[in-house]
Amino acid sequence: MHLRLELREHTPLWLNLALPFSAVLATLVLCSGLVALADANVIDAYSKLFLSAVSSRFNMVETFVKAAPLILTGLAVTVAFKAKFWNIGAEGQLLAGAMGAAFVGGIESLPTFSLVPLMIIFSAVCGACWALLPAVLRTRFKVDDVVTTLLLNFVIFYIMTALLDGPWKDPLSGYPDSPDIRMDAEFPILLRATRLHLGVLLSLVAAPLVWLLIRRTTLGFSISVVGENPEAAAYGGIPITRVLIYTALISGALAGLAGAGEVGGLHFQVMAGISPGYGYTGIVIAMLARLNPLGVVPAALFFAIVVTGAEAMSRATGVPVFLADVIQGTALVTMLIAQLFSTYRVRTHLSASE
Amino acid sequence: MDEILSQIFHIGFFAALIRIATPFILATIGELFAERSGVLNLGIEGIMLFGAMSGFTMAYFSNSLWLGVLAAMLTGMLMAILMGFLTVSLGLSQHVSGIGVTLLSTGFAFFFYRLIFGQPSTPPNIKAFTPVGIPVLMDIPWVGPVLFQQAALTYLALLLVPLSAFLLFQTPWGLNLRTVGENPHAADSAGVNVSAMRYQGLMISGALMGAAGAFLVMVQFNAFTFGVISGRGWVCIALVVFGQWGPWKSAAGALLFALIDALQLRLQASSAINLPYQVFLMMPFVLTIVTMTLVSRNARAPSALLKPFRKEER
Repeated sequence: MHLRLELREHTPLWLNLALPFSAVLATLVLCSGLVALADANVIDAYSKLFLSAVSSRFNMVETFVKAAPLILTGLAVTVAFKAKFWNIGAEGQLLAGAMGAAFVGGIESLPTFSLVPLMIIFSAVCGACWALLPAVLRTRFKVDDVVTTLLLNFVIFYIMTALLDGPWKDPLSGYPDSPDIRMDAEFPILLRATRLHLGVLLSLVAAPLVWLLIRRTTLGFSISVVGENPEAAAYGGIPITRVLIYTALISGALAGLAGAGEVGGLHFQVMAGISPGYGYTGIVIAMLARLNPLGVVPAALFFAIVVTGAEAMSRATGVPVFLADVIQGTALVTMLIAQLFSTYRVRTHLSASE
Repeated sequence: MDEILSQIFHIGFFAALIRIATPFILATIGELFAERSGVLNLGIEGIMLFGAMSGFTMAYFSNSLWLGVLAAMLTGMLMAILMGFLTVSLGLSQHVSGIGVTLLSTGFAFFFYRLIFGQPSTPPNIKAFTPVGIPVLMDIPWVGPVLFQQAALTYLALLLVPLSAFLLFQTPWGLNLRTVGENPHAADSAGVNVSAMRYQGLMISGALMGAAGAFLVMVQFNAFTFGVISGRGWVCIALVVFGQWGPWKSAAGALLFALIDALQLRLQASSAINLPYQVFLMMPFVLTIVTMTLVSRNARAPSALLKPFRKEER
């Protein structure tokens, strides 16, 4: 008897839904070994990891607050990867957006009503510009986009910290943080006595919009074709360069919006630690969602729970908080493997019958 | 201006340059073996970090730096085998698999470091490798102190360049590895085991990336920090392109990069130029992007790079 892989004609819906769940389950089983290694009870640690996020109304809302930037970076990566534009730079584009939002939110002369919309728009523009550079380098100079997007994350981080240490330093606090944005620029809170801000709503609205863009528009169709079969795209008259540039702009804008939410809704300023790797987690989220924009929301919520819960778990059981990072890496790997089952079907053959 | 120049260009500067270049040479040559066999190993950044962490831990507890280096190389190989399983055995996207291996290795490095060392107020450290002078050669004026008073790992890295050039271009094994990266179907018809060659290329890459990480914690610094790699791995990916997939040119690229890095360190320290230190930290990354832009158009990567090989599909 031997195993062989056969290409599937199409993937049944139940399988599409079952794959991410199996990947997450496999991840948790694999990572339980590490929990045991840390001398903790696996059930205890996992219940702390997952239940603290749903233990109170406040924590549940906090999970959504935490998920907002992850949804947006997840969408940013989704759009980019659809076109096989390897944007590993959502992290840097988020920082560009955060700086844009904080800059606009601090301008005294702007009329009050225009502040929040301008912050949102400007953060998207900043994120898009930062993603445009690697796209131009790829399409005009054939520079590998993975490397440039990664390196640009470091470049923007140092630009940001140089500004925060110098001209943009808050004169009042003396810390390397930007001055607070104007009170009128703070995003409205949607639910009393919580931190549920406009940015969360924005991220939840963005997901179906991106879905519509990819599934229902010509540009979205072109993005998918360029990613899946560039030869066919060229043959069919799709302007590949232009599609890649648009892809980068949309992707960067989405990541930039994540920065606006963090500044306008949570921190009201920019500081060096404003993103603890949201851009990189976005990659895992996009893959777990199988590049489906609607799947990005539950995937982002899952990682929001893991990232927040890891602190509680660590405090209660002593398991290092970095279990969250291992879970992210493992989930990406298991999901990659799980995807094989959607493109291929495993057939067992009896050698006697051949 | 003369003052700045004399501050910068003295023997100590060039000795430092060779030292700074060492991890870049190790990891870049490593990446080269993987890419020559047809696999882009984007696990590099995480593998270097995990190698640095496990190498440091081994050296800390065994009091043997060489055991530390060995542990780092084995760790690197282990993660490279995972990369091989994903990209060679399963034929998955090399881009995404590489990012996955980097994220996973990074997670492992953080997790195990915290598990083993906790959160001490002063980070644990080890006695770093000290420079070993090579008798006679170290007394040559100028060249001696620059080239022949280095840490043992640096000599190994420098020897690695001709060795890997020989392996890749003068041996049947090297021919097989390169053919697998250029035309796996032809190699397969000629009876070469494509998967085995790619695994070998990856394992060499992982071992050298691990060694590069070990160098950083055992020579450059004498402690492990979470930011010890901070982008060095990604730069090596660019250096392979810059070096046109050849060991000599890649090593030259590493030296050039180290020159920039050593320069920015000196300029930072010199009082003559008054710029925020982040500008200097940023410089290597900006220049890497600029050089990539200049060389990428004419770069010719191995033809089968990024392409999974399945026997039955042509």
